[in-house]
Amino acid sequence: MLFTSSYNLAQSDIQAPRIANMPRLGYVALLLLASVVCCAASEPQPVQHGEEVQITDNAVGHYGGVLTVGQRSEPKTLNPATAGDAPSREVIGRLTADLIHINRGSQQTEPGLAKSWTLSKDGRVFTVNLRHGLRFSDGQPFDADDVVFSFKVYLDENLHSPQRDLLVVGGKPIMVQKINPYTVRFTLAAPYAAAERIFDSLAMMPRHLLEKSYQEGKFAQTWTLNTPPAEIAGMGPFRLKEYVPGQKIALERNPYFWKADRNQNRLPYLDELVFLFVGNEDAQVLRFQAGDTDIISRLGAENYALLSKDASNRGIELFDLGPSLEYNFLVFNLNDLTSKHLGEISVKQAWFRDLKFRQAVSSAIDRKGIVKLVYAGRGAALWGNVSPGNKFWVDQALPHPPRSIDHTRDLLRSAGFSWKGDQLVDPQGHSVEFSIITSTSNAQRLKMATIIQDDLSKLGMNVHIVPLEFRAVIDRVFQTYDYEASIMALGGGDADPNPEMNVWLSSGGTHLWQLGETKPATDWEARIDDLMQKQMVQLNYKERKHLYDQVQEIIAANVPYVFLATPNILVGAKKNLASFKPAILEPTTLWNVDELYYLSGNHSSSGASPGAKP
Amino acid sequence: MIGKRKVAAAVVFLVALHLTIFLAGFVAPYQPASQNRDFPYVPPTHLHLMDAQRHFHLHPFIYQTVARPDALYEYMEDREREYPIHLFVPGVEYKMAGRWRLHTHLFGVDAPGQIFLAGTDNYGRDQFSRILYGGQISLAAGLVAAAISLFLGLCVGCISGFYAGWIDESAMRLAELFLVLPWLYVLLGVRAFLPLHLSPAQTFLVLVAVIGTIGWARPARLVRGIVLSAKSRKYVTASRGFGASDAYILRRHVLPHTYGTLLTQAAVLVPQYVIAEVTLSFFGLGLSEPMPSWGNLLANLQQYNVLVSYWWMFAPAFALVLVSLGYLAVANAFHQQLQSGSI
Repeated sequence: MLFTSSYNLAQSDIQAPRIANMPRLGYVALLLLASVVCCAASEPQPVQHGEEVQITDNAVGHYGGVLTVGQRSEPKTLNPATAGDAPSREVIGRLTADLIHINRGSQQTEPGLAKSWTLSKDGRVFTVNLRHGLRFSDGQPFDADDVVFSFKVYLDENLHSPQRDLLVVGGKPIMVQKINPYTVRFTLAAPYAAAERIFDSLAMMPRHLLEKSYQEGKFAQTWTLNTPPAEIAGMGPFRLKEYVPGQKIALERNPYFWKADRNQNRLPYLDELVFLFVGNEDAQVLRFQAGDTDIISRLGAENYALLSKDASNRGIELFDLGPSLEYNFLVFNLNDLTSKHLGEISVKQAWFRDLKFRQAVSSAIDRKGIVKLVYAGRGAALWGNVSPGNKFWVDQALPHPPRSIDHTRDLLRSAGFSWKGDQLVDPQGHSVEFSIITSTSNAQRLKMATIIQDDLSKLGMNVHIVPLEFRAVIDRVFQTYDYEASIMALGGGDADPNPEMNVWLSSGGTHLWQLGETKPATDWEARIDDLMQKQMVQLNYKERKHLYDQVQEIIAANVPYVFLATPNILVGAKKNLASFKPAILEPTTLWNVDELYYLSGNHSSSGASPGAKP
Repeated sequence: MIGKRKVAAAVVFLVALHLTIFLAGFVAPYQPASQNRDFPYVPPTHLHLMDAQRHFHLHPFIYQTVARPDALYEYMEDREREYPIHLFVPGVEYKMAGRWRLHTHLFGVDAPGQIFLAGTDNYGRDQFSRILYGGQISLAAGLVAAAISLFLGLCVGCISGFYAGWIDESAMRLAELFLVLPWLYVLLGVRAFLPLHLSPAQTFLVLVAVIGTIGWARPARLVRGIVLSAKSRKYVTASRGFGASDAYILRRHVLPHTYGTLLTQAAVLVPQYVIAEVTLSFFGLGLSEPMPSWGNLLANLQQYNVLVSYWWMFAPAFALVLVSLGYLAVANAFHQQLQSGSI
């Protein structure tokens, strides 16, 4: 009830001004007409003469079918410039398209809405040529004005778009200029390595639908979940069909999508894509097992083992894609606490700041045990910030010191620690005792904490685990600094080092061990700053890799984070789903949803219409 | 006679159960927190009398569990060597009653054999040892909380029944308020107000205090009724006539009437409070790792794959059922005795 009433209220709020200006009967007639047009238009439109569609080299499929996927929670918005949460971005990513796209399979860039681009010799001017004759999902043409408008929105300081940070290069926002209706020029303040990668996932938005609200200063309130589908259009393979609060969001084929297969059949093959709001991982597994959903992503290893027991009977196929890009780590609080009243933590910081103490903790942790017990063997131990899954950037020369309690004891002894009975004491005679905070919502990190607690108890350290609600953990780590150590995870976005700038620059917003540094607190942090800045402007891959390798080595030697492990990406799908090519980059399963199709004769999902050729 | 025998049987059973749990260090073969990372989710070890060659042994023995090389968390018995089960074996050190350091365990097998009577959990910790140690926490919580409730109930009930008037009125209205509160939500609410960062001992005390304090209303009402009826007896009037003080009358003539009811109440409240502790720990609001309690042992079952794959993880629930049934049998027997007037 509550949901419905608030939904109606919000909807009528939005529509009120339009109804007032229009005779009621006419409005109803228009709606009817629109719905007729809608239904007809959902059939894929034949490729027009002069329309520069992208021809994929994928297997030729056939039309029809509904793909249903589970989501942990409802998206918060459908507005590409304000969405920050994963469910929203997952849906928006299917409704929209970008100029240059990172192919999740090859991890390399490929043309999107831009058919080609050139980079000036100094690496600062990017000229992008758009495809001709493309249309938004409402049939309106797409051109350079839409691109300029979209970037204007992303770069607007008042909107606080999460994408804005990426578009500020060398301290200045990127300049965007329309050259002609199909050419746009981007000027960067400084050369930027792999600059074309920043265009990935930057959704191009329709100026004709959004400019008015932008000029009225209401942009942040547009394209909510309650916006009528007819008022939302994008360049993605699907467009919004219906949102049912608390239940699902249904998308239907974009009849004007700009990709086609070898036989000039316009993609996507699927009639509909439905996101069901299912809940946590276990609920998703149950729904997938029951056949309610067709794809499951981000599976835990134990559920993977469970599903694989009767996978063939249920007609499902499971994929282990190897280590993800995510890195889990233990971080000690090294923040400057002088202005905070956290005396007890300040005392313990004397240990945390001691490199030998951090090395000892790192050396005592049984990473293999973590991979085995937390990820049921489907994961990889980590000694650095780059996962072995990131083949282009991982430093293969990084040492993997084996776990050694003797070595650990020597390290602690040389740092002035000693033992009173079984208990480790510091040079001042304080017992070594600290707590690790971790989010209750992540069972895997809780398990890691339990293993670490046991490992460190063998050294005489008394470790307490404090499971806290996710927001409480974030608040303590980022705001109040009221914690001693925490287990967290980062990474997983892109394989490139540039999104990691925030983590490793001493001034970065995710420089968790010590936030808000005005200048590097240590020499090695200064060296990392220098190397990260250098790699950012270095355009040659080999040179960049060399720089980033050095960063990885400094990090591993100084242990600001005690790296633990990374899970494998595990996903599953119905067997009769063809062209399914999961990848380790997000979105792991739906990145090529436009190419997915059901093998003929056995559409598993309800509502699948017989495959009709256009 | 039958009633007496029933009480005796139920009490003996309960005492044995409590003794086993009190002596957890001795009965359990391993420490509750010690991890065997090579043995996650091992099913309960089988006890054998017949060996692989079909020879019969008088002395029960086990085979060591080894992981199957090809499958995740699947195990088989290594039939190469038998490990006879010995009684009173030396093993890891434990503390009895928090004071005496001892090494002797009730049973065990020679190294490198390991015996997991109730299987192991995700970290390869012996579930049997964890249930026994966890029982100490859960039962102690139940007993202490019941004592708090009964003490509060007795005080309020006596005062309210004996002095009547506005004291009685206000105490009983307050009791009604407590009776209608949904206790689980109150517990969750109270726990949410307390700081999350508490040491295990503090958490335990807070839990017990909260559980005990919430439950005073029912015993208070029962005691009040008894006090009301007792104080109108003729010998009380006579005693008062001889100049006895309120305290004397209460102690000498009124309180003895409440003992039977209090005992019955105790037998009902203890399992109820054990379940309350289990519930809170199940929701992650009780003791934290690696301390076991029946609640956080059962919390493993919140994971779907554990629920459907490892049946021995239900074992703590079995212990909980045994304790509850034991107490309820005693309560029932007490109740029957009370009705026939022999307590």
